[in-house]
Amino acid sequence: METRGDLEVQLKGMREYYRGGNTRGASWRKSQLRGLCRLLEEREAEMNAALEFDLGKHPVEAYRDEIGGLIKSANYALGCLKGWMSAKKAKLPLAAALTTAEIIPEPLGLVLIISSWNFPFGLSLEPLIGALAAGNVVVLKPSEVAPRCSSLLANVLPAYLDPKAIKVVEGGPAVSEQLVKQKWDKILFTGSARVGRIVMAAAANHLTPVTLEFGGKCPAVLDSLSSSWDREVAVQRIVGSKFSACAGQACIAIDYVIVEKKFSSTLLELMKVRIGKMLGENPRESRSMARIVNKHHFLRLKTLLEDPNVKASIVYGGSMDEKSLFIEPTILLDPPLESDLMQDEIFGPLLPIITLKKIEDSINFINSRPKPLALYVFTHNDSLRKRMVAETSSGSVTFNDAMIQYMADTLPFGGIGESGMGNYHGKFSFDTFSHHKAVLRRSFLVDFWFRFPPWNDHKLQLFRSVYLFDYLGMLLTVLGLKKSKQG
Amino acid sequence: MAGEDKKQQPFDSKAASSLVAELRGAFASGTTRSYQWRESQLRGLLRMTDEHEQDIVAALRSDLGKPELESVLYEAAMLRNSCKFALKELQRWMMPEKVKTSLTTFPSSAEIVSEPLGVVLIISAWNYPYLLSLDPVVGAIAAGNAVVLKPSEIAPATSALLAKLLGEYMDSSSIRVVEGAVPETTALLEQKWDKIFYTGNGRVGRIVMAAAAKHLTPVVLELGGKSPVVVDSGINLQIACRRIIVGKWGNNNGQACIASDYIITTKDLNELETFYGKNPLESKDLSRIVNSDHFTRLTKLLDEDKVSKKVVYGGERDPTKLQIAPTILLDVPRDSLIMNEEIFGPLLPILTVDKLEESFDIINSGAKPLAAYIFTNDKKLKEHFVNNVSAGGLVVNDTTVHLAVHALPFGGVGESGIGAYHGKFSFDAFSHKKAVVYRSFMGDAAIRYPPYTNGKLRLMKALLGGSILGILRALFGRS
Repeated sequence: METRGDLEVQLKGMREYYRGGNTRGASWRKSQLRGLCRLLEEREAEMNAALEFDLGKHPVEAYRDEIGGLIKSANYALGCLKGWMSAKKAKLPLAAALTTAEIIPEPLGLVLIISSWNFPFGLSLEPLIGALAAGNVVVLKPSEVAPRCSSLLANVLPAYLDPKAIKVVEGGPAVSEQLVKQKWDKILFTGSARVGRIVMAAAANHLTPVTLEFGGKCPAVLDSLSSSWDREVAVQRIVGSKFSACAGQACIAIDYVIVEKKFSSTLLELMKVRIGKMLGENPRESRSMARIVNKHHFLRLKTLLEDPNVKASIVYGGSMDEKSLFIEPTILLDPPLESDLMQDEIFGPLLPIITLKKIEDSINFINSRPKPLALYVFTHNDSLRKRMVAETSSGSVTFNDAMIQYMADTLPFGGIGESGMGNYHGKFSFDTFSHHKAVLRRSFLVDFWFRFPPWNDHKLQLFRSVYLFDYLGMLLTVLGLKKSKQG
Repeated sequence: MAGEDKKQQPFDSKAASSLVAELRGAFASGTTRSYQWRESQLRGLLRMTDEHEQDIVAALRSDLGKPELESVLYEAAMLRNSCKFALKELQRWMMPEKVKTSLTTFPSSAEIVSEPLGVVLIISAWNYPYLLSLDPVVGAIAAGNAVVLKPSEIAPATSALLAKLLGEYMDSSSIRVVEGAVPETTALLEQKWDKIFYTGNGRVGRIVMAAAAKHLTPVVLELGGKSPVVVDSGINLQIACRRIIVGKWGNNNGQACIASDYIITTKDLNELETFYGKNPLESKDLSRIVNSDHFTRLTKLLDEDKVSKKVVYGGERDPTKLQIAPTILLDVPRDSLIMNEEIFGPLLPILTVDKLEESFDIINSGAKPLAAYIFTNDKKLKEHFVNNVSAGGLVVNDTTVHLAVHALPFGGVGESGIGAYHGKFSFDAFSHKKAVVYRSFMGDAAIRYPPYTNGKLRLMKALLGGSILGILRALFGRS
């Protein structure tokens, strides 16, 4: 267990290593990214074992949601790094002759990444890819709620990455509290909004910029789809993404479905069939669904269902086994909106279906609640599509699918309002860990002689022309052919 | 109107809360989102600045003794340019940005949509009170937000003028001014905003960010720091000095966030002092010190024991007129007050070093400043400076002018601030970049979901790896 003094000494050493310029060159950054690629390749089996132990994840789920995505992201960063690191020229007006302007990205310095337990590798290493690509030194604090994954990271990262530049600090809330009190050049935090407030308040003491990734109640709006093929695909995507990704314990999992009342029974039947096909007769035996991470969350979810009005609305599933921390995929039809189930982020395999008279009513429904991290809309209706984008606010909107936006390298991944601030993934990761420095280079040759005091009306008039980029006006003034303005 | 409320009741938490609620209602009605509204408000700001230029000059003279040319150039003209640039680019900024999608989400199309954040709070500073209030407002309006502006009470004439003019020229359902000092600002900071944009010092910046943390409100903090000027030999000293002088004393008499704070040069450049001596800087062309608090602060810096003997030019002061003459000091001790806080006044210390490369260590050992400047013709030194000195912005062979370049982000790093603005960066600072993905119902990956098989795993690996060959192999049963 590290003492505060140890921590401060370590951080001081990391800052000195950074100041020595060791992490700035492209070759160092590439070597780190390649190190990560090798790690993901060589340690896949151990990572799978850790995910199985901590969360009961199936190896295919682990690959789909974490390992595969990380390989993709690391390779993407390697391919783009040169372009990301290069200075970008900025356009200047003619009046600024013999001057060049550019924006140069530079690392921020010493950064802190705090990750969550549900995608313990993905949420630790995806930000790490960005931080390293941007040339920073990094402290990573994985979640203690996924202890095997945390200790695997602590053991394995030093073997593949530069140990002077990347450190893993393990521990619980007390350790996190200690960490956030330090001075960082950036903090990227994934977790709950409650803890996010504490992180930002601590960051304020040092004017540390933050990226905060939370969650929220991500709605899926299911419009009436005329083709049965489309209905099947929609249901497959809804049910598949909800129950097969960490058993619904995901920030971008569909929290609840909104559907027109007249369509709800069809939807329910389709869902039941699909769940059966996905997980078989006995979902617990199928081992294709992750388990609830720990007793605390198991009891939290159990309590959500104990509300008698909520219990009465269960139309499928509902069985639980505390010993194996297993909760069956459970569907509820119109549970009461004031229930905790419909007020708090569910983060588990419970799927409420909310029915409304008209699908357009879903817009007001969504807007009367905190802005979610993701909004999903299944529709062919072009005007509904446009209204959804224009009239609601969320981190992202995905049409006709769910969760897949996470894998897109060209889209910013982040929330708004209660679902977070800032974003990352792809170039956005590089940018979030960089300072974009403005650089202007002037020549000694050209200057406007009227730049300097003593001041007079003539000089003022010249300046007026310059600022309007009125070259003709300026010429006329110089030639004495244009009078100064009065006053 | 907001300006008149001040006379009637104190602006407390309750008043702040109902103001925000009112603006949220206005925002929710969709008024501020249309291109027409944004364009009309920006034109309003432009007209306002044109039609009242003399009133602006008078207010700035009253608040700061600012020379007319500085007011016209650095406040009115710059704000006008900001409006014009936004008007020119607005349609383009508002358009969604299409992005490429890859095999992992095939088939799909995607774009990034800029949407307004909602109701934003802008708190501005006293040294360029017109510009620093309205430049962020330009960005907030361009991005389609409702705005509350809280101008600095330390420039009261400008604050009152802003309250009056914005009330006349802008849509007051969505744009309001709240005048006042600490109590009013505190009441405002207790509310939930969708963004807070603050210009000022680091001490208050921390308070603003801590208040924002309670509501998870994102912030832009435009702070300051000690902006150094590194002066090399072998340059055109006359031009360099002129640029340094006008950048320092021609900018509100040194009371500017990007004014040169101190100079670092090598010992062979003592000519600097004699040159300054000849330069005709008359005090009628200089702003006065804004108030007696700052006057006292600055004279304290000058009168500190180990510093007072280091004055080589100027040092005169007039407490009745709140005037301090342009003052140069040579080789003050590094641990003096004047070398450890942002000067924000007409005092310019010069530090001499043996080798100019040492200056980089001096700069990097302190907090990251908002700006850093170097005068040199040495290409290697230039590149070393640009690559190794971290500051908000850098200028080679001039000072402060980067402020006027729309295409460059203006903002700090570390102690000098968070975020940036100007030009499109203003629009972005007040926008949410929403990712939108359009997927087809075709081309699915039943492979994505259970029951999991080895075949699905192989195909998935190939898809995530992005290789067509890999996909074909996986489809046809080879791994």
